[in-house]
Amino acid sequence: MLKVENLVVSYGMIEAIKGISFEVNDGEIVTLIGANGAGKTTTMHTISGLLKPVSGAIYLDGTDITKIPSHKIVSLGLAQVPERRRVFSQETVEENLELGAYTRRDKEEIAKDLENVFERFPRLRERRRQLAGTLSGGEQQMLAMGRALMAKPRIMLMDEPSMGLSPLLVHEIFRIIEEINKQGTTVLLVEQNAKMALGIADRAYVLETGKITLEGTGEQLANDERVRKAYLGG
Amino acid sequence: MAFLSYLINGLGLGSVYAIIALGYTMVYGIAKMLNFAHGDVIMVGAYVTYFALSLMKLPVLVSVLLAVAVSTLLGVTIERLAYKPLRQATSLSVLITAIGVSYFLQNGAQLLWGSSTKVFPSVISNGALALGGISISYLTLITVFVCLAVMGCLTLFINKTKTGKAMRACSEDKGAAALMGINVNQIISITFAIGSGLAAIAAFLLCATYPSVYPTLGSMPGIKAFTAAVFGGIGSIPGAFLGGLMLGIIEILAKAYISTQLSDAVVFAVLIIVLLIKPTGLLGRKLSEKV
Repeated sequence: MLKVENLVVSYGMIEAIKGISFEVNDGEIVTLIGANGAGKTTTMHTISGLLKPVSGAIYLDGTDITKIPSHKIVSLGLAQVPERRRVFSQETVEENLELGAYTRRDKEEIAKDLENVFERFPRLRERRRQLAGTLSGGEQQMLAMGRALMAKPRIMLMDEPSMGLSPLLVHEIFRIIEEINKQGTTVLLVEQNAKMALGIADRAYVLETGKITLEGTGEQLANDERVRKAYLGG
Repeated sequence: MAFLSYLINGLGLGSVYAIIALGYTMVYGIAKMLNFAHGDVIMVGAYVTYFALSLMKLPVLVSVLLAVAVSTLLGVTIERLAYKPLRQATSLSVLITAIGVSYFLQNGAQLLWGSSTKVFPSVISNGALALGGISISYLTLITVFVCLAVMGCLTLFINKTKTGKAMRACSEDKGAAALMGINVNQIISITFAIGSGLAAIAAFLLCATYPSVYPTLGSMPGIKAFTAAVFGGIGSIPGAFLGGLMLGIIEILAKAYISTQLSDAVVFAVLIIVLLIKPTGLLGRKLSEKV
């Protein structure tokens, strides 16, 4: 479904991504794990078009989306839950969700999906008229996920959904990611919390200073000596 | 009684400032830049209205609409040619470019239409409404009414329409807005279009009050309205409205009770005091982020 080939991304003179290739197949949960600064968010931003690569290509269902502007990528079926959630804090919960469906024209379907999001995240329904900035971190994460779901994506990119959340909430968020995946959405997940990510991933890649150094199934990597040492605390 | 009529005159002048300040504040809110050429768009709007009224003998409403159309087009063109290529540049480069555009428009007007002052035709009757001892000129009534109408329409547009909501999203986080599928460049264009269209409306009201048209006509009202926008909290639409009205009132009261020459100094002194007490302006938001 999503294929990244020899991607190179630079910030000025500094090469942040040094030629990585990976793919995400239909229906999978694939995770990129790595330390802070390994280039995980850069990779996500390049896929969704916020950053333009120096070289390499990104294919979504065989279509080259490398040069397509970010605002057009959403309607091709790719939505992103950005790092630090980035909800629109001065807009209400409901307005945030409506913005998620910005490119869609099917009003009735949008209303149904809004209902589905509220069913999945009852807290959001309770707070639908509240400004998103007044929500707690966990609620904001749910809102960011609900907002992405409103685009009706076939593939969802999630950037550090566990960041800053209590262990209990992290479990809850990961349970929801699995549920969303089971209902037919492919997931590309970027995480520092390698243990949780490998636990739900079909396949995984390890990103180190801009390069992919290891790959395998979630289980293989969870049992890999090097991964255990570097990311799972022994 | 005199105080009340000063207050009403101040409200009239303030309404013009408010309409101009709305343009400044919207562009700042979305594009995060100070468009110092905004005042000169007013000037172009004033010339277009003048030519439409006195040369082409068009009706008032048609003339104003024509000026709105020309200014809107001008604003969007300026953004495309001068500011859009600088989207990734430092804010200082953008600021200097805006000042350059301002001089370009002033000199262009001088070249095209000469530097001599043209007399704006009197189109609004000089009559006044007598209201229990004080008289309010029709012009003031119209100005205040137009300002309220503009503010009302803009508030509805921003809060209720899809484009308005997209604008608010862009003003908060352009990257996240793009991830929603919002075409950020298009939203910036629309913002410039609205701001510049409003500038033409302000031009008409300004020239109906002070009937002379000349190439640097937009500078002073532009700076005053910018001050009003900062006063109210730059980026905030209600702030620009409130700031504009207050600035007009303070200016007229200072002229009446302190000194005609010192009135501008008083206005800026009040601005400085407000910013010392509340650096984000009257209705400006505190910049805080929840992580």
